[in-house]
Amino acid sequence: MSEFSIIGRRLPKVNSWAHLTGEARYADDIFLPRMLYGRLLRSTRPHARIRRIDVSRALAHPGVVAAVIGADMPEKMGIMPSTQDETALAVDKVRYVGEPVAAVAAVDEDAAFEALSLIEVDYEDLEPIFTIEDALEREDVKIHEEAKRANVFKEVHLSFGDLDAGFARADHVRDDWFFFEGNTHAPMESHSAVAQYGGDDKLTLWTATQVPHYLHRELEKVLGLERSRIRVIATPNGGAFGGKSDPFGHEFAAALLAMRTRRPVKITLDREEVFYAHRGRHPVKMRIKTGVQKDGEITAVHYQSWLDGGAYASYGIATTYYTGALLTVTYRIPIYKFDGVRVYTNKPPCGPKRGHGTTQPRYGFECQIDKIAEDLGLDPLEYRKRILQPPNSRTVNELRITSMGLGECLDALQRRTHFSERRGQLGRGKGIGIAGSAYISGAGLPIYWNDMPHSGAEIRIDRGGGVTVMCGTAEIGQGSDNVLATVAAETLGVYPSDVHVVSGDTSLTPVDLGSYSSRVTFMAGNAVRDASLKLRTLLVGAAAEKLGVPETRLLSAYRRIYDQDDPEKFVTFADAAVLAESKHGTLVAAGSYKPPKGIGGTFKGAGVGPSPAYSYQAAVAEVSVDLDTGTLVVDKVTTAHDCGRALNPPNVEGQIEGAAYMGYGEIIGEEQVFRGGLHKKPSLLDYKLPTSLDTPALEALVVESVDAEGPFGAKEAGEGPLNPVIPAIANAVYDAIGVRFDETPITAEKILDALGKRDNRGVTKKRIGPDGLGGDADPNRALRRLGATTAARERRVAGDGGQSPPTG
Amino acid sequence: MLRLPRFRIATPRTYREAAQLLRDNGAGELDRTRGTPTLRVMLVAGGTDLFPNMKRRQFSPEVLVSLARVRDAARIHENGKLEISAGTTLTEVAGDQRVRDRYTALAQAAELVSTPQLRNMGTIGGNVCLDTRCNWYDQSLFWRTAEGFCMKTNPEVVCRVATSSPRCLAVASADTVPALLVLGASAHLQNAEGEREVALADLYREDGIRAWAMRQDEVLTEITLPRAEGWRSTYLKLRDRGSFDFPIAGVGAAVRWDGGTVREARIAVTALGSRPLLVEAAREALVGTRLDDRAIGAAADAVHKAARPMDNTSGTISQRKVASRVLTERALVSLRDPGAWGAAPPKR
Repeated sequence: MSEFSIIGRRLPKVNSWAHLTGEARYADDIFLPRMLYGRLLRSTRPHARIRRIDVSRALAHPGVVAAVIGADMPEKMGIMPSTQDETALAVDKVRYVGEPVAAVAAVDEDAAFEALSLIEVDYEDLEPIFTIEDALEREDVKIHEEAKRANVFKEVHLSFGDLDAGFARADHVRDDWFFFEGNTHAPMESHSAVAQYGGDDKLTLWTATQVPHYLHRELEKVLGLERSRIRVIATPNGGAFGGKSDPFGHEFAAALLAMRTRRPVKITLDREEVFYAHRGRHPVKMRIKTGVQKDGEITAVHYQSWLDGGAYASYGIATTYYTGALLTVTYRIPIYKFDGVRVYTNKPPCGPKRGHGTTQPRYGFECQIDKIAEDLGLDPLEYRKRILQPPNSRTVNELRITSMGLGECLDALQRRTHFSERRGQLGRGKGIGIAGSAYISGAGLPIYWNDMPHSGAEIRIDRGGGVTVMCGTAEIGQGSDNVLATVAAETLGVYPSDVHVVSGDTSLTPVDLGSYSSRVTFMAGNAVRDASLKLRTLLVGAAAEKLGVPETRLLSAYRRIYDQDDPEKFVTFADAAVLAESKHGTLVAAGSYKPPKGIGGTFKGAGVGPSPAYSYQAAVAEVSVDLDTGTLVVDKVTTAHDCGRALNPPNVEGQIEGAAYMGYGEIIGEEQVFRGGLHKKPSLLDYKLPTSLDTPALEALVVESVDAEGPFGAKEAGEGPLNPVIPAIANAVYDAIGVRFDETPITAEKILDALGKRDNRGVTKKRIGPDGLGGDADPNRALRRLGATTAARERRVAGDGGQSPPTG
Repeated sequence: MLRLPRFRIATPRTYREAAQLLRDNGAGELDRTRGTPTLRVMLVAGGTDLFPNMKRRQFSPEVLVSLARVRDAARIHENGKLEISAGTTLTEVAGDQRVRDRYTALAQAAELVSTPQLRNMGTIGGNVCLDTRCNWYDQSLFWRTAEGFCMKTNPEVVCRVATSSPRCLAVASADTVPALLVLGASAHLQNAEGEREVALADLYREDGIRAWAMRQDEVLTEITLPRAEGWRSTYLKLRDRGSFDFPIAGVGAAVRWDGGTVREARIAVTALGSRPLLVEAAREALVGTRLDDRAIGAAADAVHKAARPMDNTSGTISQRKVASRVLTERALVSLRDPGAWGAAPPKR
C-alpha cells in the first residue's frame, strides 16, 4: 500500500470540469459594463523609421473613443531587466512586420478595426536584415543602435578545461553542423487582456499571462503608476508554452486606454497577431565538435551556437546561455567549451518555447551521439548508458546533479520497445531511433536580483474544513492548480477537491515568479508544502490534546486525524480545524521556497543552468518513410521520463504526451518562416500543426527517482519530455533510409532530395544539413572573428573575474 | 477576432430567383480592371470558404445571395444518371451509398475535403466553384497591405508568384473536381433567362482570376454523372496533414473495363495549375491496354508532363511534380488490383 493518500493516485485535475465545459473564465470571456474594444495597428514594414503618426482621423471615426501611440509610453521594457530594448508600442522605429505601433479603443470591434485603416503612419524604410549571417556581418545596418558589433545582441563564451588537450586525448573526433528551424507555440487561446481603471485610481488587468509578478513590475515602470495601485490577475491560459511569459504591447495598451477613458478596455489578439507576438523557438545554427576514446568515453566537447533572435531581446540572454548550459548534465563531459551568439534580425522576437534554448542543442548533440555510436560500432542505447553523468555529482560547468534517472529511462524504453534488437532490422523505409535529454526543475535564479523567495504560498483553513491555497503561479493548462491542491491535500490529510486554489493574483496571492522554466511543481509545490506543514502542526496538536494520544502517533488522511495504532480513534479534519482555531486563532500560514545556494558555479554566466533538480528523459521513435512521395510518418513515440515522483500520474502522462506531440510537430513541418520579412504562414491552416490524425501513437513511461529536495520527491514534467523526441525521430529516419537529417524540419522535399528523386536527378545524399554559416558568408571568417573576440573577451574576464548576470 | 464586413443577405427560394438577384445586384462579366474583391454580389452556400475570405477582405460584397433556402437544393437523385443538387453537403455526398458503390472517386474526394465540421456545412456546388488559392493571396488584409497586394485583387499589381506572368497563377484546389471530371460530369447552370448544361471540363479556365467559364450571373444548380457501368474510379490526394488541408496535388482516375482491357479511361488532376485538368495524353496511354505497368508508367509520365505546380502553395514544386506521377501510378494500380492503394492512401 502506498504511504500516501493522494499522491500517485489517478485523480482528475481539480479544474478539469471547468476547462472541459467552458465554465473556466478566460480573459476573452470577461465582459464588463461600458467595456471598450481595443485593437492594435501593426507595422507593415520590417525595418523603418517612423517619421510621423497621425491618429486624428481614427479618433474622428464614429465609435472610436481613444487612441494611443508609442510616444505615450516611451519607457523601455522587457522581461529581462538587463536587456530591456522594447517599448509597449513602437516609438520611433519599427523592427518587424507585425510590431504594434498604435492602439485604438472603440465601442465595438468593427469600429476599432475600421479605425486602424484611418491611422496615418509615415514610414522611412530602412534596409532590413533577415539572416544570421547578414546580422553578423552588416556593420552598416543597425537594428538596434546599442549593438556594439554589427547586429550582435549577445555573445557568450564559457570554457571549462583545456579543450586542445581534450581533443588530443581523443581517438575519434566528430565535427558536425546542425540547423534547427524556428517555430512558434500556437496555443489554442490567443493572447487577451482586459484592463479596468476604477474611481479609486487603481488599475486591474486580467490577462492571459504566465508571469503576473514580472508583468506587475513592468506595468509600474511603463505606466508610471505605483505597483500598489496595480493588480494583475492571470486568467487561466488556454495554453501558453512560453509564449505568454513576456510583457506584451497589448497589455500596456489596454491599460493605458482604460486609464485614459476610465472605461474597461479589452484587447484580444487574432490568430495572425499571435504569430507576430511570437517569442517562440529560436532558429539556431550549431557546430558541435566532440572527441571520444575508443570505448566511447567523451574527452571534450566544443559547442557553438548562432541564434536568430528576431527584433528584440525577450529572454534572449537566458536563451543564449541555455543553448550551452545543459548539454553537460546528461553524459560525462570532462572538458567543455561553449560559444554562443544571438543576433538581431527584422523578424518577430524569439523567446522561450517549451524546452527553452535546450531543445536545439539537444537535437544536434543527440544526433551526433548517434553518429558516434555508429562510428564506434556501439548500440546507441547501450552507448548512452555507458557514459551517463552520475547522480549526486557536479558537471564540468559546476552544475549540481542530484537525482538522475536517465539510465532507468533508457532501461524502461529497452524493455518496452526492444529498441536494441529492432534497430537496423525493420527493412528499408522503416526505422527506429533513440535520444536522451534533461531539463531544469525551475531556474536557480530569478530574472531580477533579489534575496526573496522564488515562490510563496499562503494557506487558510475555514471552520468547515475547507482549505484555501493562495499562490502567485499561473494556471496555463499544465495543471499547476492541481499540483498545489494535491500537495496541500496530501500534507493536511484532505482531498484535492476540498482545496480552493487562488492563483496568479498580485493582490491576493504571495509572489511566485511565474509558470515558466518548469518551476511550479518543484518550487511552488515546496512553498505549499511548507505552509501546509505549519498548519498541520497546529491541527495535529489540537487533535492530540482532544484524543489524548501523542502527536507522533497521529496521521492525517481522508479528512481525519487519527491514531495510527487505532485508526478508529480520530477527530475529523473539520473538528480539528475548530479546535485549532479556538486555541490558536485564525488558521493561516505562509510558506515559501528558495533554491539552495551553491548549486552552480560563480563564474560570469553561471546564473543560467543551475536548478535544484534536473528531470531526465529519453524517447524512442518509430517511423515509416514513403520512398516514392518522401512523406515521413511517425508511427509511435515512446517517452520515458524521470519526474522524481508523479504527484498525479495522469497529469504527468498528459504532459509527456503533449510534449511528444509538440516535438513531433516541430520536426515534421512546423516552421516560423518568412518571405521578405513577411511571415509565410500566419494562420492555423498554413502553419502545419499536426492534427489528431497525424499524431503518432504516444506512450508515456513514468520513471520515479524520488528527488530528495522536491515536494514528495517530485521534479518537473512540463518541458523536458519534448527534447528527446526530435532527435529520436531524426535518428529513426536515419535507421529507415540511411540519411542524416542535420536540420529541421524533415520535409518530403528534403527526403526526396536525399533519395535522388527530386526533379529525377538521381543524385543521392547521405546527409541533409548545413556545412557552416550559410549564404555568401564565409564561415571560417565568421569563426575567426568570433575566435578573436573570444580571446579578447577571455583575457578581459581573466582580469576582472566578474559576476553572473541576473538571468532566469 | 477577425470580423466580417457589413453586407446584406438575400434568401431566394428558387435558383431562378437567385440568378435574378445576381443580375439585379449588378453581377456581370467580371471586369478585370476592377479586380476580384469589387464583386458587388456573390453567392453563398455552406460559406466555409467564402466567410473566412470575407473576414480577410479578399471579398467585400455588398449583397450575398444565400442558397440555403432554395427548395430541393440538397438531394441526390438517380434516374439512370446520378443527379446531385449543388447544395448537397460534402458529408452527404461522401456517405451516399450509390456514390460510394458506383462513383467511388467522388465519395473519396468528398471525404478528403477539409475537416468533418466543414464537410457538414460545405456543399458540392461550393467545392466545384471554390475560389482559386495562392499563398500570396489567401492572407489577411493586414498581410496583403504589408505585401502590397497582388494581381488577383488589384489588377494594376503584378503576380507575386512570377512577377512577369501576364495572368494570375492562383491554384485550382477543389478535391471533388478531378473526381467529377473522370466520372464524366456535367454542370447545370441557371441564369435569369433560363438553364444550360455544360461539360464540367468546359467550366474551367487556365486563369487564377477568371477561373470559370460561367457567367457572373449564373448559378450552378446541379451536377450530373452519367451511368457508371463497367467503370472503376478513385481519387488520391497529397496534402500536408491527414485533415484540414487543401490538396497540393490530387489525381482522379477512372477506367472502363471490357473484359481484361481498358476500353475507356480518364485521368484528371487538381492543385497542379490554375485549372483542374483532364490529361488527354494519359487517356491515350491507357486505352486498349490491360493496365500493365508500362501503360501506367506512360500515363504517369503524361500527368507529370501536364502538371504545372508553382511556388504558391504548401509543399514544393518538385515534391508536387513527383507526387503527380506517384499518385497517378498508385491510382491506376488500385484500379487494376483493388485494395493496393485506393481506399486507404498513406496517412499523410
